[in-house]
Amino acid sequence: MSDITTPQTADAAAASTTPVLTVDGLTIGIGSRKNVKSIVKGISLALTPGRIQGLAGESGSGKTVTSLAMLGLLPSNAVVGGSIRLGDTELVGMTHRQLNEIRGRRIAMIFQDPSSSLHPQLTVGTQLTDHVKRHMKMSSKQARAHAIELLDRVRVPNPAEALARYPHQFSGGQRQRIAIAIALACDPIVLLADEPTTALDVTVQAGILHLLRDLADERQLAVLLVTHDLGVMSAIADDIAVMRHGEIVESNVRSEIFVNPQHAYTRELLASLPGAAGFEEASE
Amino acid sequence: MSELLEVSDLVIEYHGATVVRAVDHVSLTIAPGEVLALVGESGCGKSSLARAVVGMEKPRAGAVTYRGSEVPLLGVRRRRAQFTSIQMVFQDPNSSLNPRIRVGQQISEGIRAAVERGDEGSQPEEWLERVGLPIEMVARYAHELSGGQRQRVAIARALAARPDLLVADEPISALDASSQASVADMMRKLALDAGAGLLFISHDLAIVRLIADRTVVMYRGKIVESGVSDLIWNDPVHPYTRALISAIPEPDGKGNLPAAPAADAPEEWRMTLPEALDRA
Amino acid sequence: MRKRRLKIPAAWITPLGVIGAVIAIAWVGIAFTARLWVPFDPLSQDLPRLQAPGIDTLMGTDALGRDIFSRLMTGASVTIPLALMLVLMSLVVGTLIGAIAGYFGKWVDELLMRLTDLVMAFPTVILAMVVAAALGPSLFNAVIAAFVVSWPQYARMTRSIVLGLRTQNYVMAGRLMGFSPFKTLRVDIAPNVVGPILVLASLDVGTAILLLSGLSFLGLGAQPPTAEWGSMISAAIQNFDSWWIGLFPGLAILTVVMAFNFVGDSLRDIFDPTSQVSRAGARS
Ligand SMILES: Nc1ncnc2c1ncn2[C@@H]1O[C@H](COP(=O)(O)OP(=O)(O)OP(=O)(O)O)[C@@H](O)[C@H]1O
Ligand SMILES: Nc1ncnc2c1ncn2[C@@H]1O[C@H](COP(=O)(O)OP(=O)(O)OP(=O)(O)O)[C@@H](O)[C@H]1O
Ligand SMILES: [Mg+2]
Ligand SMILES: [Mg+2]
Repeated sequence: MSDITTPQTADAAAASTTPVLTVDGLTIGIGSRKNVKSIVKGISLALTPGRIQGLAGESGSGKTVTSLAMLGLLPSNAVVGGSIRLGDTELVGMTHRQLNEIRGRRIAMIFQDPSSSLHPQLTVGTQLTDHVKRHMKMSSKQARAHAIELLDRVRVPNPAEALARYPHQFSGGQRQRIAIAIALACDPIVLLADEPTTALDVTVQAGILHLLRDLADERQLAVLLVTHDLGVMSAIADDIAVMRHGEIVESNVRSEIFVNPQHAYTRELLASLPGAAGFEEASE
Repeated sequence: MSELLEVSDLVIEYHGATVVRAVDHVSLTIAPGEVLALVGESGCGKSSLARAVVGMEKPRAGAVTYRGSEVPLLGVRRRRAQFTSIQMVFQDPNSSLNPRIRVGQQISEGIRAAVERGDEGSQPEEWLERVGLPIEMVARYAHELSGGQRQRVAIARALAARPDLLVADEPISALDASSQASVADMMRKLALDAGAGLLFISHDLAIVRLIADRTVVMYRGKIVESGVSDLIWNDPVHPYTRALISAIPEPDGKGNLPAAPAADAPEEWRMTLPEALDRA
Repeated sequence: MRKRRLKIPAAWITPLGVIGAVIAIAWVGIAFTARLWVPFDPLSQDLPRLQAPGIDTLMGTDALGRDIFSRLMTGASVTIPLALMLVLMSLVVGTLIGAIAGYFGKWVDELLMRLTDLVMAFPTVILAMVVAAALGPSLFNAVIAAFVVSWPQYARMTRSIVLGLRTQNYVMAGRLMGFSPFKTLRVDIAPNVVGPILVLASLDVGTAILLLSGLSFLGLGAQPPTAEWGSMISAAIQNFDSWWIGLFPGLAILTVVMAFNFVGDSLRDIFDPTSQVSRAGARS
């Protein structure tokens, strides 16, 4: 916690808009009353419209738990402290009903495991259109057209035909793309993308990264991009926070993180990149 | 033949509203102690091929033979001990762990399979250590783990069964770069030491190049390029392989987005180049 | 190793669930002990006839001079244990059949499901009446009749769950390790079926009580002079002016059925992932 570097003022000024989602001193513990395991230890983040905030870090460092907290989707034995504000609304301590209004509609999430956001017994079409019909008050026909367009944008082959299929009839990467389409269906203002491209090959990944960048640029979507892939990070994140053991050890604009990493762990991360010396050693 | 696994002319189709040919006349072999990587576009049929290798998918045509005998379909009957030495790490780490059984016990099931085959026993804790997880995790349930931890438990369980052929479908996709390196490396070492074969499926050419002896590149159900990993990485011949390598984002912090290929892929990616196959 | 302790997360405790559980437990307690403490012999006819509720006869007496309070309490020990037994029987048989059908599939499934369809095609009460009438009126036959109509719903539900689970990767992983079919059912499938089946069973206790009392009311179940709620109500019809004869058994049925339904509903909230705060919540 001691050596958090603050974002460079030059770049912060460029993004003049105020944050839509602010996380302040967030702490998360999970466990029974007497035995609470501290998982996130006081982190702060701000998501700004039109910017992509990257969140990198070790496996098990608390990235997913942090993003689940923003949606109020932690297990019932979780204890959340600190504050998460959407605009002026405090999300910590909200009832499930209030959160339901916000979830999916204003804040959408692409889950790390795409299967958990897809219902196995409903067709992809139903899942995409139900969502849209309910939240955006579209007719069935409009919703269908909207769904096809979304699937096309995330590069699912034969979108019209895909609507009639069930999730298990797609490949892992196709399911991930469908989950992205569902997350984007209702034009959210904040998108939490937890490892959105892990199951994708690099050519499809490039397409998705372009899509996210475009949404941020054109629709002023605020994106939290959780990924362990520093290549992806380098390609589209504007700001990057590096997490370890439930704390943000370094947070800065992209170029600074890559060119001038301050924290030892960030340097270690960069060194372990494929192609970097550290990686070759480990695999000898 | 001394091959451990031989896939010959395999065809896999899904018959629904339309017929999807996921794997289209694919042949490949794996020798004991060899690591073969399978890379390719998302949806090109890698998982379908993997499932057919372990007997979860019925080939439309062609055959999968393991040590000279055909791999039986994984029906409701108990699998013969001879074939429990084929193990698989599934692509989706989430659904590959039983939600109601503790991690330690699930790994023990793998150990039991090894013991029943006459291999030596082991402790779940050993395997957790090997995949870089703290041993206290034996008492956890799957939903109490992070994505990467789940994936490593699935690997631990498969390895605990001491497979002679391990089919690993994107086994390390959810891990951070340093864990990827160490887990991939550990899998390779185990395969080599035990004389096992490893079919390593990934979309990440950078990792594949480091752990696989040979690489097979698939595109739309067909093999477009295959051969020694280094050759493919350093000097790709097929246009699709080239695209695959050039779309890897460079982690330089400059914010360069690799060009996304047009939605309808170039026709040339589909062509077969004889010189791209079996490169040595 | 961790100590195993029964702990009930706070989120599970709903007011209705608690009320339901208390009432249900009270009734079950009454059912098993009533004979020990009721003030009068439920069968003896030596009290004044058609006496209104008062101090010594709390709920009055019926046309034959029997104490209604004593009959009501001992009636619990007829209906409730039988209902529980009925549910247990249907649960065991139905679940087993459903699991076999779902897991083995093909012709086994076809055969078993045709059988359940056949049963389910009839209206429950009518079919139970037909069976009870065919076997001859007695409480035991009423249970058999109720059993015939109530197992198929367990079979249906189990089958659909098992069908969904059968292709789960972890089930496959077990098969690859050489699990026998029985072990797969026990280790990988059964634990995931228990929750929903328990919910169904607790909701079904109410239905079973209604069905058994209904059959007795129609004269197809308990025979006079047995103290049974359904037949007590049916006796009340002949003495319409004496409201207490029918009211108290009616209230008894109402409270038991409601109590078990409340318990079932709150169990459903616990086990059903979609009504809980889960990741799936993000879909809505
Ligand atoms: N329900 C839970 N109970 C106990 N511990 C949990 C629970 N959920 C998560 N954890 C622990 O919290 C830590 C953070 O988990 P989280 O899922 O946020 O990691 P992550 O950063 O997303 O990692 P990955 O990159 O592997 O997905 C992990 O060590 C995990 O084991
Ligand atoms: N059960 C099914 N029914 C119909 N089509 C299917 C089914 N399973 C897979 N497919 C299709 O077969 C093709 C190959 O799928 P497969 O899962 O083998 O791809 P993959 O190479 O593993 O992709 P990924 O990298 O995204 O996991 C895909 O186009 C997919 O849509
Ligand atoms: Mg995660
Ligand atoms: Mg796949």
